[in-house]
Amino acid sequence: MEQFFQQLLNGLAVGGIYALVALGYTMVYGVLKLINFAHGDLFTIGAYLGLTLLASCNLSGMLPLPVAVLAVFVMVALLAALIGFLLERAAYRPLRNAGRLSAVVSALGASIFFQNAVMLIYGARVYVYPDFLRPDFTVHVFGMAVPGVRLLVIAASVLLMLGLSAFIQRTRTGAAIRAVAIDPGAARLMGINVDRVISLVFLIGPGLGGAAGLMVGIYYGQIDFTMGWSYGLKAFTAAILGGIGNIPGAMLGGLLLGVIEALAAGYIAIAWKDAIAFLVLILILIIRPTGILGERTADKL
Amino acid sequence: MALLTLSDIRVRYGSVEVLHGINLHVEEGEIVTILGANGAGKSTTLLSISGLVRPFAGEIMFDGTPLLRLPSHEVVGLGIAQSPEGRRVFGTMSVLENLRLGAFCIRDRARSERTLEWIFDLFPRLLERREQLAGTLSGGEQQMLAIGRALMAEPRLLLLDEPSLGLAPLLVRSIFETVRAINRRGVTVLLVEQNARAALKLATRGYVLEVGRVVMADRAENLLADASVREAYLGG
Repeated sequence: MEQFFQQLLNGLAVGGIYALVALGYTMVYGVLKLINFAHGDLFTIGAYLGLTLLASCNLSGMLPLPVAVLAVFVMVALLAALIGFLLERAAYRPLRNAGRLSAVVSALGASIFFQNAVMLIYGARVYVYPDFLRPDFTVHVFGMAVPGVRLLVIAASVLLMLGLSAFIQRTRTGAAIRAVAIDPGAARLMGINVDRVISLVFLIGPGLGGAAGLMVGIYYGQIDFTMGWSYGLKAFTAAILGGIGNIPGAMLGGLLLGVIEALAAGYIAIAWKDAIAFLVLILILIIRPTGILGERTADKL
Repeated sequence: MALLTLSDIRVRYGSVEVLHGINLHVEEGEIVTILGANGAGKSTTLLSISGLVRPFAGEIMFDGTPLLRLPSHEVVGLGIAQSPEGRRVFGTMSVLENLRLGAFCIRDRARSERTLEWIFDLFPRLLERREQLAGTLSGGEQQMLAIGRALMAEPRLLLLDEPSLGLAPLLVRSIFETVRAINRRGVTVLLVEQNARAALKLATRGYVLEVGRVVMADRAENLLADASVREAYLGG
């Protein structure tokens, strides 16, 4: 039983990270019907920027450690958001009226560009996050010793997701984002500036993705320039699992995928965890091709 | 001076020209209708006014402001709202959320609440169903929602694209009566319709479009009496 709960918590931590990255895929898909293949690389950039900021600014010397980590968190999210914003301007907006395929090729190109830029700047080796960053306290829950960092990662991703949900569901701007995702033309007839909504989505998605990159660095302690590929693929899977374009779906899909993977690793074999994650995806696509939460209501004609 | 003037509007979809120079005008306080068969260019004309379709020649003036270079969201801010063809309500959002989105340009929340009350007076069904998802409404209710949503922008000019499409005759009559009530509140209406008889009874003036050209423009009662209009659009 203890193993089950440990794996469950581990799965929720990894799943929270998948969910944060998946949100970027799903929100961009929602408003542009485009898979932003460069999104995984923005996640990588978040991880590297976090490392650079932590190392160069010596923030931990000036501020108490939790405050320093929080400050880096915010800075990484803002910088990743800025890069996402520029990415949309440079790689997608000029192709807005071109065919769908052109934008996909542009996305793949942007992904290769980012991945190689990171490699050129930082080198191809694995980087290790400073040890002292990793919170080393342990929490005892129901007699289980749970690493504090695990709970912090879960808490951080849940907080970010709750914040995003409140923003999307309760604010005018959130309603505008949903409206553009449903029907951009009708949204324009409401007086919504669709270009501005798209820019906003390219700030929020990469911001969350960059923050997730930093969380992986702190949680696992090491990063490399290809991590965006594997995490990106998993997060993309999570977005499809939940229903691409659906924001709660990305959250659910991410958490579910993380938990399934962790349980598979714990009970079957760690080598099988990726295979089982993708097997679940295949099954969902056969049984429910729209994903778990995709297309909840049918539009009447 | 007319509230809205279209001069020599030409639109191409790809390499096919679909509007060959449309001229029309709408005076403040009027109900003007555009009649024509499928593919005559009626919806394209309305979409050009809202800026969702970009004419390659001509000019559109609204109360002294040229519209053609304005982004579509600014056109709404000037006081032109549209209830588009096919209604296009936001299906996975509630009725109330749809209506509030209609008021996206309105900064004065208190005034929007009063507009909302007026819309619920016009369409009591929307009040009953305000928490329901728009996609689950009947066709007639969705049409009411599309009109109500456009009115939330507090337009001076309301563009209505085929509000009677696919509705039962009784409902069509009630929708047209509501359009008259809206007009009495001082909203100018430009109405695109296939239901020519009902539209001409409601309107002050009408234009007849044929394959991208205005072939007739007259007072509504003259068009109702016109032999060729009767034959082509009123079933003889």
